[in-house]
Amino acid sequence: MTAFLEKLLGRVPIGWLQLSHNRVRLIAAVAGVAFANLLVLMQLGFFGALVGSVRFPYDQFNADILISASDMNTLTDGSPLPRQRMFEALAVPGVAGATPLYFAKLDWKQPDGTIRQLDVFGVDPAARAFRNPEINGRLADLSMSDIALLDRKTRNVSKALFASIDAGTPYTFETKGRTLKVIGTFGVGGGFSADGELVVSDQTFFKLFANRMAGAPNLILIRLEPGAVPARVLAELRAILPDYDSAVRTVEEAIWRDQRFQTTQRPVGIVFGFGVIIGILVGLIIVYQVLSTDVADHMREYATFKAIGYPQRFFMSIIFEEAFILAILGFIPGFVISLILYAIVTKAISLPLAMTAARAFGVLAGTIVMCSISGAIATRKLARANPADLF
Amino acid sequence: MDAPAPIITRGLCHWFGEGEAKKQALFDIDLEIEAGKLTVLVGASGSGKTTLLTLIGCLRRVQAGSVTLLGTELAGASETMLIASRRRLGFIFQAHNLHDSLTAMQNVRMGLDVHGRAAAENWQAAARHLLTLLGLEERLEYLPGNLSGGQKQRVAIARALVGNPDIVFADEPTAALDKDSAMNAVDLLKRLGRERGTTTLMVTHDSKILDRADRIITMDDGRITGDSR
Repeated sequence: MTAFLEKLLGRVPIGWLQLSHNRVRLIAAVAGVAFANLLVLMQLGFFGALVGSVRFPYDQFNADILISASDMNTLTDGSPLPRQRMFEALAVPGVAGATPLYFAKLDWKQPDGTIRQLDVFGVDPAARAFRNPEINGRLADLSMSDIALLDRKTRNVSKALFASIDAGTPYTFETKGRTLKVIGTFGVGGGFSADGELVVSDQTFFKLFANRMAGAPNLILIRLEPGAVPARVLAELRAILPDYDSAVRTVEEAIWRDQRFQTTQRPVGIVFGFGVIIGILVGLIIVYQVLSTDVADHMREYATFKAIGYPQRFFMSIIFEEAFILAILGFIPGFVISLILYAIVTKAISLPLAMTAARAFGVLAGTIVMCSISGAIATRKLARANPADLF
Repeated sequence: MDAPAPIITRGLCHWFGEGEAKKQALFDIDLEIEAGKLTVLVGASGSGKTTLLTLIGCLRRVQAGSVTLLGTELAGASETMLIASRRRLGFIFQAHNLHDSLTAMQNVRMGLDVHGRAAAENWQAAARHLLTLLGLEERLEYLPGNLSGGQKQRVAIARALVGNPDIVFADEPTAALDKDSAMNAVDLLKRLGRERGTTTLMVTHDSKILDRADRIITMDDGRITGDSR
C-alpha cells in the first residue's frame, strides 16, 4: 500500500502513514464512513425498490396505451371513467383492440386473523388483458363465478399454500360475504401499496364490489395494430377523448408519472430522501472529526514542514490523500454489508432491492466528494501551524 | 571577501503584542554574517536571539528595518517568496520535531522532497549517506518512537542538511545529544562550512561549542552587546 501510494503521489504517502500509524482512529474512521455508506445504500435500495415495484402491475398489462381517468396519479387511485371512451377509442385507426380493467383493494384475512391487502384486477376473460401466460392459460376457468388467481409472491404467506394450489388443490377463502376459490397462481409481487395481487373476471369483480358497475372501469387497455405509429394514435385519441374525464398515455409514460408521484408526493419517497441526507451528514461529520483531530495532532510536524519550505498545497494534498483513503476503505465494507442486507431484505419482505452499477459508482463518487468536503473544512485548522512557534 | 555576506541586517527592530501591551524585542540590529562560518548567538532567555533567528529564517515577517538573506530583501516579501527562501535554509530545532509516522529515512527525505521530484530522485543514497555520517546506519528504517532522544535529534540534523542548505539555523541543537554526538554534529557543520561554504547561525549555551565557534555574538535586552571572533 505504502509503495503503491508512493508511486502514485511521487512523495512519501504521509496521509496514509499518519492514518495507519494510529490504528484505532483508522478503524473508527473507516467504520464511520462504512456506516454512512450503508445508510445511504439502504435508503437508495428501498427507494429503488419503491420506484421499481411501481412497474410490476403495469408490466403485466397486454397494452400499448392506457386510458385512465384524468385525475389518476397512481394505478390504484383516481375515479373510474365511462366505458363509452373504449368504444370511441376503438374507432381510431391503428387501434387493434381495447378492454376495460376494473381495480379495487381487498382484505384477505389469514387464519391467524391478520390481513393481507390485495390489489384486485377484474378483467374480461374473453380478452387478453395480461401478458402473463400463467394468467392467460387459466382465463377460461376464470369465467366461472367466484374463481380467482392469486399472486404467489404475496408477502408473508406460507409458500406451502401456493405449492398446494399449483399442485391442484384449490384454496377457498371468504371475503365480502362471498367465497372465493383460488384455482391457480402467478408471480408478480406486491409493492409498497399492497402485499400481492388477485385476478378475477369482471363478473366476479362486480359481485365482490357491489357498488362498481361495468360501465365505469378504472383503466382502458389499448393494443395497437402492428405497424401503427404510437405517437399518431396517441395524438388521435387525445383529440377525440374529452380531457375532463380521460387521460391518454403510453404505458411507459403512465409508469413514469406514477413513479414521480410516489417519490415526490408520498411520504414514503420523501422519507427515503431524508434518510440519504442523514447518511451523508453522518459521514461528513465523522470524517471531519477524524481529519481535524488528525491535523491538530500533527500541528508541530506541519509547522516543521512549513519551516522547511513546503507550500500550503502540500498540506492540502496530505489531507485530501487521507480523505480519499478513508472514502475507499469505508466504501468497501459499506458496500459489501449492504449487498448482504439487500439479499436479506429481499427475502424477508419480498421487495426487490437490487444493487445497480450506477448506484454503486454514484455512492462511491459521492463518498469521495463527501470526504473531500470534510477534508477541505479540516484544512482551515492548518493556518494555526506557525513555524515561528517552534523555536 | 568580495561576495556579499549571506546575512545582512540593517536597523532591524521587532515588536510583540498590540496597543498598551506592545513591547519592543529587537532594537536596531545591524549585523553581517560571513559565509562558511559557524556563528553562535548567546544571551539570557528573552534577550531576543530567537526572535532574530526567526526573522532571518523567514519564519516571521520583518516589521521595521531590513534583512537581506542570500541577496533577497525579506522586508515586504510575499509569502511565496518567503517559502521559496526557506527552501535554501536548514532548520535544526531544540525539539527534534520528527514526524512519528515516518521512518528515519522518510523523515530525512522530507528535507529533499521540498526541492521537487528531480532533486529527490536519489533521495535514498543521500539520506543513507547523511544518517551514516551521523552514526545511524543501523537505524535507517526505525520509526522515531523506537529511537532514543539523541538519535532522533541526529535524524533531525540529517533532515536539515540533506537539501544542501546555504544557511543552517540551529536552536540549542545539542541539548539532547551526548558529548561525542554533539561534537560530531558540530564538526560536520564546520566541515560543510569549509567544503561547501555552508553558513551556520546557532543559538547555544554549550561551552564546548563556544570553543569551536568562529564568532560569538552576545545579545542582551534586544541589543547586540558583544561580538568576538
